[in-house]
Order: sequence, then structure tokens, then C-alpha cells
Amino acid sequence: MSPRRKRMWVVGLIVLGVGLATFFALKAFQKNLLYFYTPSQVLSGEAPKAYPFRVGGLVVQGSLKRETNGVTLQFSVTDGTATIPVKFSGILPDLFREGQGIISIGRLDKSGVFEASEVLAKHDENYMPPEVAESLKNKGTLPQSYKDYKK
Amino acid sequence: MMAEFGHFTLILALMMALIQGTLPLIGASRNIKSWMLSGLYAGRAQFLFLSLSFGSLICCFIQNDFSVLYVAEHSNSDLPLYYRIAATWGAHEGSMLLWATILAFWTLMVSSIQGSLSLDFHARVMGIMGLISLGMGLFVLLTSNPFTRLVPVPLDGHDLNPLLQDFGMTIHPPMLYMGYVGLSVVFSFAIAALLGNHLDSAWARWSRPWTLIAWIFLTFGITLGSWWAYYELGWGGWWFWDPVENASFMPWLVSTALLHSLAATEKRGAFKAWTVLLAIFAFSLSLLGTFLVRSGVLTSVHAFASDPTRGSFILVLLGLVVGGSLTIYALRAPKIREISEYALVSRESLLLVNNVLLVSAAASILLGTLYPLVLDALKLGKISVGAPYFTSVFAPLMAPVFLLAGVATLVGWREASLSKLLRQLRYLGPTCLILGIALTAVFWQVDDLKTLSGLTMGIWLVATSLLSLWNRIRLRKRFVEGLLAQSTSFLGMTTAHIGIAVFLIGVVISNGYSQESVVRLAIGDSTDLAGYTFTFRGIEDVVGPNYKAKEATFTVTRGSSEEAVLRTEKRIYKVQRNNMTEAAISPGLTRDLYVALGDPIDQQTWSVRVYYKPFVRLIWLGGLIMMAGGFLSVIDKRYRLSHLIRSVSKTQTLQSPPRHS
Repeated sequence: MSPRRKRMWVVGLIVLGVGLATFFALKAFQKNLLYFYTPSQVLSGEAPKAYPFRVGGLVVQGSLKRETNGVTLQFSVTDGTATIPVKFSGILPDLFREGQGIISIGRLDKSGVFEASEVLAKHDENYMPPEVAESLKNKGTLPQSYKDYKK
Repeated sequence: MMAEFGHFTLILALMMALIQGTLPLIGASRNIKSWMLSGLYAGRAQFLFLSLSFGSLICCFIQNDFSVLYVAEHSNSDLPLYYRIAATWGAHEGSMLLWATILAFWTLMVSSIQGSLSLDFHARVMGIMGLISLGMGLFVLLTSNPFTRLVPVPLDGHDLNPLLQDFGMTIHPPMLYMGYVGLSVVFSFAIAALLGNHLDSAWARWSRPWTLIAWIFLTFGITLGSWWAYYELGWGGWWFWDPVENASFMPWLVSTALLHSLAATEKRGAFKAWTVLLAIFAFSLSLLGTFLVRSGVLTSVHAFASDPTRGSFILVLLGLVVGGSLTIYALRAPKIREISEYALVSRESLLLVNNVLLVSAAASILLGTLYPLVLDALKLGKISVGAPYFTSVFAPLMAPVFLLAGVATLVGWREASLSKLLRQLRYLGPTCLILGIALTAVFWQVDDLKTLSGLTMGIWLVATSLLSLWNRIRLRKRFVEGLLAQSTSFLGMTTAHIGIAVFLIGVVISNGYSQESVVRLAIGDSTDLAGYTFTFRGIEDVVGPNYKAKEATFTVTRGSSEEAVLRTEKRIYKVQRNNMTEAAISPGLTRDLYVALGDPIDQQTWSVRVYYKPFVRLIWLGGLIMMAGGFLSVIDKRYRLSHLIRSVSKTQTLQSPPRHS
């Protein structure tokens, strides 16, 4: 094979591989991007109804309730101005505590309850997901105990 | 006193790095012998000073010297000695010092093994490594000094994060860093070769064992991390496509590509320019990994503490490394002469396909990892990319790799006959397919295409690898004689490919047939899962050195036979007041039984998570087999020092192409 044809093959192969990867990537990308919303945004109807997203804020003190089956839980998440109810089936992460910042992934049901498929809490009692800290700071409701690691 | 000593030796090490990063490079370009040699001594001195520095940090931890800020933040007098030592690299400052110390260790290794490398080439390698050391040393000293004192001195420390108080986590970072930093050696070889126009087979042959060693450590580090996440995080998963996991996986993919492209460069002189580029990418991705983990831009289980000034420092360092090396590449690459010719059906072509796929996979992971960061930096919204993105991109890109990895070893270099290849495979192909279908039908469901294709690909990969081995063995009269005649590097390759197959089979079966249930159990209650009965026997208080815990006992029975007694704990650490779940696992080659204690509902009742995970062990076993394969390859005769010296001097005199400059 002449060097020129060989090079064409090589270039063709690479273009094919990269093209294939881009195709899969973009296809998967559309479906799997999770946007972050604050409870205020959710209440004002900015959050998507049809597909999952992430919501974050502080867990309201005294809001955690367990249904009779023992594994379905309900609690409220607030950003200081708005509060939304969250429902979750399963075991909460070790660092989940009332009054602490969390992020949960899930979708909104018809009655406005956020059905969480995943609840994330961080591995340090003072740490807060940056998204949550920022949205609380904008509203001026950031708790004093929060240690700003990003200083 | 210890801290000041450590600080002082750290500064001395930086001075040595300054010498090592400048004199040898100037010496090599002006041909001044003593300057070239100075790099070797500076490198060794650097190692001495950095190990003293790192050693004194360990001493600070052992002596509970809470006047040192880093110790006060990450240790506690109740922490057992073993974890106090491991706490040295449990957080940012110490782990960066470890990074620098490991770099100095690799520098020492490179400085001691000159073999037949020409003096200027060796000096350039040392010089490039010196520049990396210089950057890293400045980073530690200016932004992350672990020896900073704390006034007033606290009575006790803030303790090590409980998640890190675990055996797997104590050796995971050093292993991973050995791999990350090991890639700097290959990088330095590539840049030195570019600078000195040394891109010959000798360069490729010298780069290969270094790449292999780094790759072995990376493989081990990633396997360890996955195993740790599985048993420690209590979610029963082994890979989360967490940005930090991705950060370690990308250099692995690229260094795997590099290994294969180096093989073609060494044997056939092919893909030289590409190999150099891969070496640059592999090390850049290692640095990016460090940046992603430590800059705090990521919301991740690993981002324990973070600081953007550090992030920008690493970003600048990364920019210099990538920008600088790509500039050198752009200036020198046009001079690289590809001397090899190969046909469309040849091992070279298949290796190229392997490279394109592995690099595409790494690129799509990079896209998914960086896209949210870029969007956030541009204030276009906060998003995260879910795990389904990664699996749906990764699986189709890797499938051809699994299909072709074994086949490629059957195809000869330069030019091979397609019809001969197909003749060899005409029975093997259908046999593997039938076997795959039969196994899936007997043990699982035949209409489960994921398991079916994964299993068949795994069997196919093993079969084609073994066929290639058999083709070589049967050239001898007796089997044992034939087996012993094989080079260990060939056996290593076969082993590593079988390791991939084992890993793949573990992934498809455990992903497809794991069962999970979250239930509410009172003492004496039991729950059934996958034919096993889990009974909650009781709960009692346990006291550890720095924690208190509730320990629940479960018995697992299958039919009438008892399978396991599992003890899972819910710990509360005294200092940080963190809850920690210690899952209990009954491991087995064909299945893991996994119990994790949830939350108390009342005195007698707890929510409990139980898992049945078939063949999940094969995932890590596969990783270990790959590692063993890498190890077999690296001990191959042709990489032994005496052999390298002889053969390389021969290639230099006989085969090296005339240099056009």
C-alpha cells in the first residue's frame, strides 16, 4: 500500500472512531445532564416536570418522618425562602442530619413532592455542597457554623 | 523542631530540583560533561532531602505534635498508631508532599539506571524530571506547606476522617501516586528524545518497562479504590463514575494505549510521533487528575478540603507542562521519520484501532468530567453528568476492544493474510457464541442480551488469547517445552488479556443479577433475598479505640445450611461525631452477601440494606490478573539491564536509521 493510501486509511479510521465516540457522547449527553435548582426555583415552576434534576438546600429541623413500612422517608428542604417536600425510599447516607445541607437527585411528581432517587450528604459536618452554599449565601441564610473551604 | 527540620529539608530539596532542572539541560545542549552529570547527583540529593522531609512529617504525626496545623487538623491522640502514620497522606498537604517524594524516588531510579543511554539523553531526562520536581516543590512550599505551625496549640487534634480509617484507604493513595508519577518518567523520556532527536527503537525499548511499571501501579491503585468504595461506602457499588474516579481512569486508558503503541514503536518503528503524543497526554492527565481532586472544583466524595489558589497553581503548572511539551512536539514532530510500512491487515493496524478506541473512550470521559466545570466557570448553570452518560458511551467504544484484543495477537506484524486468520477462527467463533448462549440460558435468561454479549465477548477474548499462545507452543514437540520457550512478556500479555475477560464477565453478571433490598427488621425477623435468608439476631454496643458502635449480628442460611454470620456496625467517631456504616460482607467467588445497617427505627427495629452480588469478586480479580500480566511482561529478559545494554548498543550501531536534521 502506498504511504498516501495508508495515511488516508489511518485518518479515516481516526475520524470514524472520534465520530462514533462523539455520536454516542452527544446522544447520551442530552439525556443525562442533571441541572441544579433551588427550592425557590422549583416552587416558581422553573424546574423541569418531565425529567430528573437535582435540588439542594438545608434539611428543615424536625421535618424528617418515616412511613409505617419503615423504609420510606419524607423530609423538607429549604433555601430560607422556599421549602419543598422530598420523599425517599431507602437508607439515608451516614452524614444526613436535620439542619444540614444535602443534594438530592430525582423528579417532581404531580402533587409537587420531589421523589428522590438519591440523597447525597457530605463527609464532614460543616461541609456543604458548593451549589447549596452559594444559593444560601445569595439569600443571606447561610448558617454561621458553615466553614468556607473555598476562601 | 521536627517540623522545622522537615521544612528546611523541603527547601533544600527544592534547591536541588532547581539545579537538576537547569544545569543538565544546558549542559546537554552545549555538550558540557560536568553539567550533564550534575543532574544525577542533584536528583539523588533531592530524594535524600525529600525523604527526610516526609519522614519528619510522619514523626510529627507519631509524636502527636498538634502544634503543626496539618497534624492538628487530621490526627488525634486516640487514633491508633497505624492510622496516625497513614494520616500523613490522608489530606491535601501531606499527599502533595508524598507526590513530590515519589517523584524524587522515580528520579533516583532513573538516575541509577543509565545503562547504554547516551550521556546527553540521560541528562535531558533528568533535567525534565527536575523541572517537574521544581514545579511540584514550589507548589507544596508556597500553597500547601504541611509544616505550618499553629498558635495557640490545641489540646488535641481534629481527627482523621473516619472514611479514611481503613486499610484499603491507607495504601490506595500511595499506589495511585506511584502510577501517576511513574508516568512522568515516560513523559521525560519522550520530551528528552524530542529535544535530542533520539526517537529510535532504543528510546522505545527504554520507555516500555517504565510505562509498564507505572501502569501496574495505576491498575493496582484503581482496583484498590474500587474495592474500598464497595465495602466502605456501604452502597454496594464498585464504580460510580465519580469525577475523581474518572480522573484516575483517564490516565489508565491512555497509558494502556501507550503500552500498545510503544510495542509497535519498539518492534517496528511505527507510530513514533503518536507514541510521543500519548506519553505527553498520559502524564498531563495524571496532573489533571491531581488538579481535579485537590482544587475543590468538584463536588465529590474525595473533595474533602479545597482551596482555589492551589487549584490555579496546578492549573498554571498543567498549562506549562501541556503547552510546553506540545510546543516542543510541534517544533520537532515534522522531523520524525516513520520508517515502517504496513498493510491494512496487520498487527500495526489493529494496534492503531486499539489506540483510537482507548483514546476516544478517555476523551469522552474527559468531556463528561470537564463539561460541568466549564459550564459552571462560564456561569451558564450548574449541572452534573449522570453515570448513565458514561456507561452508554463507554460500553459501545470498548466492545470492539474486547473483540479484537485476542485476535490482534494472532495477526502478524507488517502484513497478514485475512483468509488465513478467518480459517483459524472459523470453528472458534461459533463455538464461543454457542458456549455463551448456552451458559446464559442455563444460569440466567437467554433473552438478556447484555449478559449474553458480555459473556460471549469474555469467552472469545480468553479463547483467542489462548489460541495465540497455543500456536506458539505447538511449534515445539512437547507442551511444557513449548510453554517454557515463550518469553515472559508474551505470557504477560496473554495473562493481562485474560484479566480483562475476567473483569468483563464479573461486570456483566454482577450488574445484571445483583439483588438489593431495603427492609425494616426487628430482632428475630428475617428477610429473603435471592434464595438466601438473612436473620437479624441481635444488636450490642461495641467500643473501639476512637469510636463507639452498635454491632448487629445477622445469620445467613440457604435451605437448611448456614452460609455466613455477618456483623455490621454503625459507628460514631468521638471527635468528628460522624456516623459511619461498616458493612459486613461474606465474600465468595460466585457471590457476595452484603449487609449494611441503616437507621434505628426504635429500640429493637432497624432499617437494613441487604445485597446479593453474584461474581462481583471477578471485577477485582480481573484487575489483579491484569496487574500480574504487567508484572510478567516487565520481568522479561529483554528489559533486564545487562540485556538492555547489549541489545541497545547493537541496535544503535546496526539498525538506527541515518539521522536527518
